[in-house]
Amino acid sequence: MLSAEAKKEIETALKKYHNKRSAVMEALRIAQRENGGHLTRQQMDELAAILEMRPVEVNAAAAFYTMYNIDKPVGKNHIQVCRNISCSLMGAEHLIGHMERTLGIKTGETTQDKRFTLSTVECLGSCGTAPMMQINDDFYENLTEAKIDELLKNLK
Amino acid sequence: MEKVLLKNHGKADSHKIANYIANGGYKALAAALKLRPDNIIQMVKDSGMRGRGGAGFSTGLKWSFIPKDPTLQKYLCCNADEGEPGTFKDRGIMDHDPHLLVEGMMISSYAIGATVSYIYIRGEFVYGARRLEEAIQEAYAKGYLGKNIMGSGFDHDMYVHRGYGAYICGEETALLESIEGYRAQPRKKPPFPALAGLYGKPTVINNVETLACIPAIIEKGPEWFSRMGPEKSPGPKIFGVSGHVKRPGLYELPMGTTARDLIYNHCGGMLREDRPIKAFIPGGVSAPMLLPADLDTPLDFDSLAAKGTMLGSGAVIVMDTSTCMVKTAYIINRFFSHESCGKCTPCRDGTPWLTKVLRRIEHGEGRAGDVDLLESLCGNIFGRTFCPLGDGAVMALRGALKHFRNEFEYHIEHKRCMAS
Repeated sequence: MLSAEAKKEIETALKKYHNKRSAVMEALRIAQRENGGHLTRQQMDELAAILEMRPVEVNAAAAFYTMYNIDKPVGKNHIQVCRNISCSLMGAEHLIGHMERTLGIKTGETTQDKRFTLSTVECLGSCGTAPMMQINDDFYENLTEAKIDELLKNLK
Repeated sequence: MEKVLLKNHGKADSHKIANYIANGGYKALAAALKLRPDNIIQMVKDSGMRGRGGAGFSTGLKWSFIPKDPTLQKYLCCNADEGEPGTFKDRGIMDHDPHLLVEGMMISSYAIGATVSYIYIRGEFVYGARRLEEAIQEAYAKGYLGKNIMGSGFDHDMYVHRGYGAYICGEETALLESIEGYRAQPRKKPPFPALAGLYGKPTVINNVETLACIPAIIEKGPEWFSRMGPEKSPGPKIFGVSGHVKRPGLYELPMGTTARDLIYNHCGGMLREDRPIKAFIPGGVSAPMLLPADLDTPLDFDSLAAKGTMLGSGAVIVMDTSTCMVKTAYIINRFFSHESCGKCTPCRDGTPWLTKVLRRIEHGEGRAGDVDLLESLCGNIFGRTFCPLGDGAVMALRGALKHFRNEFEYHIEHKRCMAS
């Protein structure tokens, strides 16, 4: 169930647009955040009612974008490492391997204690400070193995 | 050169409205609101400004297509869905100088008669989105947004719309679909957005850097802009440099600066003295790569087009001799295949097929005839797709094949790389 606070936030988002459907991305973002990083069918059905859309339309919108995690729980710290060209030139693959070994998981997996999910992404627009990654909302740039070790230690 | 786009970078609290105003901010808006909207459109036309998002279309001309009927609702959308690998210039503006964008959008909205505008920012830019939301709130508090702005009688509301992970939203009609709450697949054109855009109403979509240039055009005049750089491609430009250089980052320089000047003077040269430059991509990964012999090419729309490539977003990616071009082509192609929106068959099926072939060549499993297969697939994608995404994938790959075909053949024959 969406909280009263989330519903209020969605109400505010509705005011930005000409129609209710336009608020679907914002509503999905709010719902996902509320649920700790992923979306459920039940949440999407609730949003459909609020936005006067069919549930299948909400699902279709959500499924199009990579940042909505439908039925796919992620760890408390979602690590997304950029592996596109600028980061690759500066050693991204090496760092991804290092993180897989440190966390004991493969890319796409979540640690057993649900603290970390490791994903790779295609360019986060931080190419001048490559290699880089995003953990939840924040960017971490000019990465080295030592920087990553320090970071992961503090997040544990 | 006096900077206008990155002038506030590095200053303390450059994102705050008080500091922006102290540095001369919002003067251009005050001046613009005293002009007639069609005068502003003419000034932007006279400046010779061409859109900084990649296509390089005349900004003033684009604005002039908006119907003059005052009873029609009109919209301005700022394309801040910066996603072309190698590109990070718009993020620089939004993170450090959000009011420059807000002011540019205000002037542009007044010129075209838009009472509502949206900033479509990619979802990963959480920091930038917050900065913009704060900046918009500050502007409302000062009376620079809302009703009767600065006593001009002009009303305007501005909102941030966050994307959530889809490169295709940088295509202007996909961006509109996304705001309207649909899957972000490009629309058929015509009708063009100037006549039927957001919610079917006349809409201008401009890139962040384009809009950020507008206050300076008002304040310094169109001649200041048109006299900087090449005649047909003038003005200041932010180059975002990444890859194997000593000082990667954002550089605001006159359009037409050569790649050599950018890489060897501004960026301090190659990262490692023992590894010279092998190739560079001049405008984001869609732009075909160039060779060291092309370093004296001026970085502007027409000079790069004459070399068979493009300025694109002005994202310069520099690669030294340790770089494997098969791997580079594979990584770039994997991006396009991942981002194909699925609307049309040549792109939806063609780009993953290219990726599959490139992957096996890169991993030492290439087959005789694979290079010909890549070329044949390119021919079946290029010019046959609904939007330019598929063309971008092909242009990038053809660039690599043109200059480094021998590396692909070596990979296939020897099951390993010749570069490393």
